[in-house]
Amino acid sequence: MSPDPAHVQDAARHRLSPARVLDIDPLLDDPKTRIVVCCGSGGVGKTTTAAALGLRAAERGRKVVVLTIDPARRLAQSMGIDSLDNVPRRVKGTEGEGELHAMMLDMKRTFDEVVEAHADPERAAAILANPFYQSLSAGFAGTQEYMAMEKLGQLRAKDEWDLIVVDTPPSRSALDFLDAPKRLGSFLDGRLIRLLTAPAKLGGWAGMKFLNAGMSMMTGTLGKLLGGQLLKDVQTFVAAMDTTFGGFRTRADATYKLLQAPGTAFLVVAAPERDALREAAYFVERLAAEDMPLVGLVLNRVHGSGADRLSAERALAAAENLEEPRIVDQGDGKAGLRNSPDTYDSSEPPAASSASEPLPPGADPDVDQLTASLLRLHADRMQLLSREQRTRDRFTARHPEVAVVEVAALPGDVHDLTGLRNIGDRLAAMRPELPETRTDT
Amino acid sequence: MSRLQVVSGKGGTGKTTVAAALALALATEGKRTLLVEVEGRQGIAQLFETEALPYEERKIAVAPGGGEVYALAIDPELALLDYLQMFYKLGSAGRALKKLGAIDFATTIAPGLRDVLLTGKACEAVRRKDRSGRFVYDYVVMDAPPTGRITRFLNVNDEVAGLAKIGPIHNQAQAVMRVLKSPGTAVHLVTLLEEMPVQETADGIAELRAARLPVGRVIVNMVRPEVLDAADLDLVETVPRAAVARALSAAGLGGARRGGSAERLVDPLLEQAAEYAERYALEQEQRAVLGELELPLHELPLLAEGMDLAGLYELATELREQGMP
Repeated sequence: MSPDPAHVQDAARHRLSPARVLDIDPLLDDPKTRIVVCCGSGGVGKTTTAAALGLRAAERGRKVVVLTIDPARRLAQSMGIDSLDNVPRRVKGTEGEGELHAMMLDMKRTFDEVVEAHADPERAAAILANPFYQSLSAGFAGTQEYMAMEKLGQLRAKDEWDLIVVDTPPSRSALDFLDAPKRLGSFLDGRLIRLLTAPAKLGGWAGMKFLNAGMSMMTGTLGKLLGGQLLKDVQTFVAAMDTTFGGFRTRADATYKLLQAPGTAFLVVAAPERDALREAAYFVERLAAEDMPLVGLVLNRVHGSGADRLSAERALAAAENLEEPRIVDQGDGKAGLRNSPDTYDSSEPPAASSASEPLPPGADPDVDQLTASLLRLHADRMQLLSREQRTRDRFTARHPEVAVVEVAALPGDVHDLTGLRNIGDRLAAMRPELPETRTDT
Repeated sequence: MSRLQVVSGKGGTGKTTVAAALALALATEGKRTLLVEVEGRQGIAQLFETEALPYEERKIAVAPGGGEVYALAIDPELALLDYLQMFYKLGSAGRALKKLGAIDFATTIAPGLRDVLLTGKACEAVRRKDRSGRFVYDYVVMDAPPTGRITRFLNVNDEVAGLAKIGPIHNQAQAVMRVLKSPGTAVHLVTLLEEMPVQETADGIAELRAARLPVGRVIVNMVRPEVLDAADLDLVETVPRAAVARALSAAGLGGARRGGSAERLVDPLLEQAAEYAERYALEQEQRAVLGELELPLHELPLLAEGMDLAGLYELATELREQGMP
């Protein structure tokens, strides 16, 4: 097993061990990487990460399309896509040889396209006009996951781009987007369809006698439950879908296999918070169970400090000293040093320099007050930092096999390509061979 | 005070936490509240530090003053069978449906139907009375889907009533809509003082209002304490570095001379203050945007120690003090 974790943590302070660091650039540069799927719970910066990865890959020479699902308006505008038209648009203002295209998924439009592509015009028109279909295609959340995967399959089949970056829908559960294709496929292939489309044939089914009583009872009940018209709508819809989508399951299977293929890379996105990382752990386990190629975890909004040698405790003690100046002024001016100076920056004996620079009498009380506030702010930062590290360490202890890249927190929101580029730089900044870069900048 | 309290918010804003704190806050003076989870994530069990909740109402907390909080994690599949059983005595047919994949279909492929069951179950709990004719729960608090889906979620019964134009489903859907659109319901939105959640909150409120669903309050969660005030931030801009170095040195943090321990802290500390200033300005902007919504605003503090059971009680007290219930 690995060495004593407490020791490793202490030696590396806030850093991950190099073996666990996910290096983003080689992944983006590798021509064999064709699809990057970003998944994770809501509110962790998944869409921003997808956009930043896409931009970085494009500016490193690749021809990229980013498929986003319902992004925040400002972010979409930052890439110049405020029209929701389901077609990839070239993003202007990127640097270098590569190209960045972006599109927003229009779920209903994608569903309509599938119908139009696979049914003859007359049947397609009938399906599109069916009230049950309209409700299913526009509203029901499960179809969003399916349609995102459908669109991914389409984009990949076109082979116009050498890299597709997908932002997955904010599913209510991690399972949905992996399960939706299978479920929709199995539903459309399933016995329920036969039942709804051909209730009269029921009696002919062999070996299902014990179900028949339930079934006839059920068709009757369904009519009662749903009302005659709705049942008819459902039946028409299902009949049309059934004949149209003979190979629906095959398509769903193909999409699923595409996700498992070597050219696909799954990134789980999280923030260093308990809930987000718990969801991330769940994603990781789920992807492993499904044989999906996970390449690592992107940990967004990680805080650092340029003054991380100064602990929260010492910062608070120093702030108190400043707010009660008499304590400091007493004696030889070393009163403040009682706070275990040996834990602090051993390269220099603080006592000597402190003694050589006596406090000027009448030091500005405003500056003292401000400095105390700066120290309290720093203490907050250090507490946040250690909380984030604890949360992260709990994740890495549970999943030591998962490579992690940390993205330093930005104070504000991202509004333009410059902001996305900045995130991209931060994503790539934590190189295994240069472990110093993050905390020292 | 509305008896059905629906709590929504953008992902990551802590709506489950706020819903739980609200359920605790409402359970004062011997009152009984039911906290309903609809997203199947077992967030409530984690918050209250208990094992995963089954599909049954069980007591999970006692509020100060003797009130009780019950919790229910709705399992859509069981809710559907429950519903069929209750209304249609469909014992064996229910099992047949399950074998056929109909339940799977109903609860996953057509989550619209799932939403019907979830809202229906919550409304049933609101209306339920005991033998003496008293309401079983004084309040029902729902940890609802996120802001982006809340209007569609609550309005699903309208859609269903439009699809199924007659029959018991139609009637049930209409009954649920009557509860949801009445003053007996309030939909609260949880946000953070950040641009995207605030924007989503504003959009969500517009959607709720357009659908004539009753908007309650806006709860700003995880508000960071004010460490530097406006005067401090002005001073940060102009203060001589050497003066800060001297103050740090006086506080016992080493030498103030160039290269000394205290001196080397000045830049990173001022840098952190600049980041704070930037965020402070953004937060003020977002407060102003929220102010324009003309809804009651509540602010809950960020708990420095992270969220735990004690923190939940703290937030509940905070909500009570702010007159939330």
